[in-house]
Amino acid sequence: MAIPTQSNVRTDLNMGASESGKPLPTAFSPGATVARPTSVNRLEKITRGEPVSTEYHPAVLKETPVLEVDRFSLYYGAKKALHEISMLIPKNKVTALVGPSGCGKSTLLRSVNRMNDLLSNVRIEGDMRLNGDTIYHTAVDVIELRKRMGMVFQKPNPFPMSIFENVIYSLRIDGERRRNVLAEVCERSLRGAALWDEVKDRLHESALGMSGGQQQRLCIARAIAAEPEVLLLDEPCSALDPIASGKIEDLIQELRGAYSVLIVTHNMQQASRTSDYTAFMYLGRLIEYGPTPDIFTKPLLKETEDYVTGRFG
Amino acid sequence: MSSDVVPRFVNQPPDIRPPRARVRARKIAAHATLLAHGEPMVWLTGGSLVVALMMVAGLVGLVVSQGVATFWPTPLVQLRTLDGSVILGEDTRQETYKPSQRVFADLLEQIKPQVRAALDADQPLDRAGSVLGVLEPDVVKLALQQRGESDKASDTLVNSLAEKILAHAKRKLAADGSAVRRSYRTGNFEINQTHFRWVNDFAVLEHQQPPWALLLERMEQGRFYGFPSAFVVDDAVVATEPADVWNKFQEFHAASRQRLAKKVDLATDEVGAINRRAEALRLMANKVKLDYGADSPQYQLASQRQATGEQADAADNARIEAEIAELNRENNRYQMRFKTAEGQESTQVVADIVRAVPANQLTLAGKWGVYFSRWHEFLFDVPRNANSEGGVFPAIWGTVVMTLVMTLLVVPFGVLAALYLREYAKPGLLTSAVRISINNLAGVPSIVFGVFGLGFFCYVLGAGVDRTFFPASYAANQPVFSTGGLMWASFTLALLTLPVVIVATEEALTAVPNSMREGSYACGASKWQTIQRIVLPRALPGIMTGTILAMARGAGEVAPLMLVGVVKIAPDLPIDRVFPFVHPQRSFMHLGFHIYDVGFQSQNAEASKPLVYTTTLLLILIVATLNIAAIWLRGRLRRKFVSVQF
Repeated sequence: MAIPTQSNVRTDLNMGASESGKPLPTAFSPGATVARPTSVNRLEKITRGEPVSTEYHPAVLKETPVLEVDRFSLYYGAKKALHEISMLIPKNKVTALVGPSGCGKSTLLRSVNRMNDLLSNVRIEGDMRLNGDTIYHTAVDVIELRKRMGMVFQKPNPFPMSIFENVIYSLRIDGERRRNVLAEVCERSLRGAALWDEVKDRLHESALGMSGGQQQRLCIARAIAAEPEVLLLDEPCSALDPIASGKIEDLIQELRGAYSVLIVTHNMQQASRTSDYTAFMYLGRLIEYGPTPDIFTKPLLKETEDYVTGRFG
Repeated sequence: MSSDVVPRFVNQPPDIRPPRARVRARKIAAHATLLAHGEPMVWLTGGSLVVALMMVAGLVGLVVSQGVATFWPTPLVQLRTLDGSVILGEDTRQETYKPSQRVFADLLEQIKPQVRAALDADQPLDRAGSVLGVLEPDVVKLALQQRGESDKASDTLVNSLAEKILAHAKRKLAADGSAVRRSYRTGNFEINQTHFRWVNDFAVLEHQQPPWALLLERMEQGRFYGFPSAFVVDDAVVATEPADVWNKFQEFHAASRQRLAKKVDLATDEVGAINRRAEALRLMANKVKLDYGADSPQYQLASQRQATGEQADAADNARIEAEIAELNRENNRYQMRFKTAEGQESTQVVADIVRAVPANQLTLAGKWGVYFSRWHEFLFDVPRNANSEGGVFPAIWGTVVMTLVMTLLVVPFGVLAALYLREYAKPGLLTSAVRISINNLAGVPSIVFGVFGLGFFCYVLGAGVDRTFFPASYAANQPVFSTGGLMWASFTLALLTLPVVIVATEEALTAVPNSMREGSYACGASKWQTIQRIVLPRALPGIMTGTILAMARGAGEVAPLMLVGVVKIAPDLPIDRVFPFVHPQRSFMHLGFHIYDVGFQSQNAEASKPLVYTTTLLLILIVATLNIAAIWLRGRLRRKFVSVQF
């Protein structure tokens, strides 16, 4: 409860959020949070290693969450890479993670489908919940878990097989053999990724012969083929030229509403254009999290404003 | 508006030259520039490549030029020399050397009796004339006049004439006293006790290519060179003129050869079948004896059956032997008589002549015919005459089968091992130690693998197999699997080439981008699904490279094979038409070992030397064929799985 009311001090935009009566998850009432001295530069505090609280815009708390991050911390060996991050990822909305390099955006994203399990020296605290189901529990089957999410990586990584086989890969590994189902999923996913018209005549050619932008859209098609509950995009445009990036952005616009998307990006314009909500991270902490227009035009914190306007980072 | 109005600087390039006075040229040492430009490095790298290429080209060139020429029919030369001998044969090689005084002294001693014989002869212009033909007429005349004075020519006269002849011959020497001598393949081993004769060029009196000189390639005793004098059927001479004899030979040769082939078939297939049947009965009786004891009723029954079987076999055997005897008798009816260059008579059975070549009468087409006929025999027939002649088909078969079996063993084994090392094992000290050990394994001398194969595969595993599955043979001390054979040889070579496959596969796996693995995991694939569907297909071209290297290494390996199953001569192929068709326990022939055997273990090494080159050429061709097939496959896989993008 404390956070939104605190934000009311600074802005009247979300006036009345505290009165909405909507119960907030316990994670969003961190009792240990010290009172925010607005005058102190948070970035300096972070550099000193002191705990800082997150500024939540009340709007994000009103949304139905698809994914809940609950006081999540992650260590690479002895180094703490994520510091007690709590956030709600709204359902069927696009949420962008922004922040300077090394702030932990990608780490957080890769924690969602437990890709960090592949690294040997990673340790975590806290939990995440996908539609209420815990993600970090020893009893969770990580393979089943990953099937509920789709992920797209920085560099397009089509598999060394045909376009068709790429798209239906997640069905293949589940043992789906019915041709009509496979063909239908393939077409639906490729249409969903705005790639159908370009490749429908060469579905059985190698996917490695496509252009970079096409490959990335193929990866998106592959990610949405299994009807994921959340789509994770890890800087999907960073290896692409502006035109291909534009197409991917258009695609994200089209996915909005149908899919819950969590996207990591370095590109402020991209975040402001494509996302509904934006979270600003710095050195493993979530600093501010709110609706994209607010973050870019009326952020609660000066640090956020400095970052999104390009004054630091 | 006049053009003067346009400002002048508009079309002028901006002055981007740095002001001269301010920039001082840096001082650069001459050698530094040279190195920076990299010229010496280009020469160094290019030179290394050229040296490597020259060595490869030299080796391959030698093998190809010698190997290809082996079967080309060369003319048959008849020579008469100063030492009084006449030889017929093929010029095989020549060398330049400096003859010692001893050579001339010996030659002089060999000339003297000929001079004396010539002077003593009634017809001096016959044999003597040709010996003395090297001298001027007045010298001969003088000698003849002196001969008139007494019955016998004096020693001084003979000596002086002989020395004159020698001096005449010496004029053919080069200015520095070096001479050329040639090695002639003269064959007729049973007469001459030698296959080759060295002849000094300067000692040759007469050099001709008689049209009816014949070269015979025989089943035994090597080649025969001579002149046909008669064709005999049932001890009756039916032709004496060389052309008639030749026609008769062609008339009867094919049929004789067919009878011989039939005889060989009978002796191997039918007698072999009888022997196998008898062996099976004997082993069965042995087994019953082992199981029930020597005085059990079961053993009585078994030995009874063995006895009946042996009786039936004896009848069969008698029938086949009669058939063989009949074929032999028929074949012995046709014989050819020859006169050698030295004038000796020799009789050859037509059926024992593999090929008769009237080399001096052959047209170009005829020469090609002989050439291809010899190649055909080489590729598709069994060796004869202690491996020094005939074909190498069993060796080709053994090499190919052994290499393929080895590949089938080593590739799955090596790939699985590499998969665990790269995909499952946690990187650490132990993994590194294992990896280093595997790399070191590649440096172990191959003969050590042979010793291991013999000691472990043959004597431990093989003995176990024999004890379990062939107790009767084991009890009778007849090894089935507990001795060298195709299977153990393939196992041994698989072990030998394992490091190659593991290292290549590991590298191929490392080269698979991690992003692909992550993409697959993100789709919800398990580790094995990722390996099976993404990693392995992507790594397949690299794995194929390892396979190619392993195959090339394995096919060319000889030393360990000598211990674990390769033999000089193995008429029974490891895969043939006799049930159960695949005989992994059989010892086999191998081209690599054949090269060693023919080149260094043969009694007639000089004659079989060309075969060594041809066999080497063949082995290289087989390895190249296997490699090209694998490379083609890899190319296809690479097009399918790997792109140039990213």
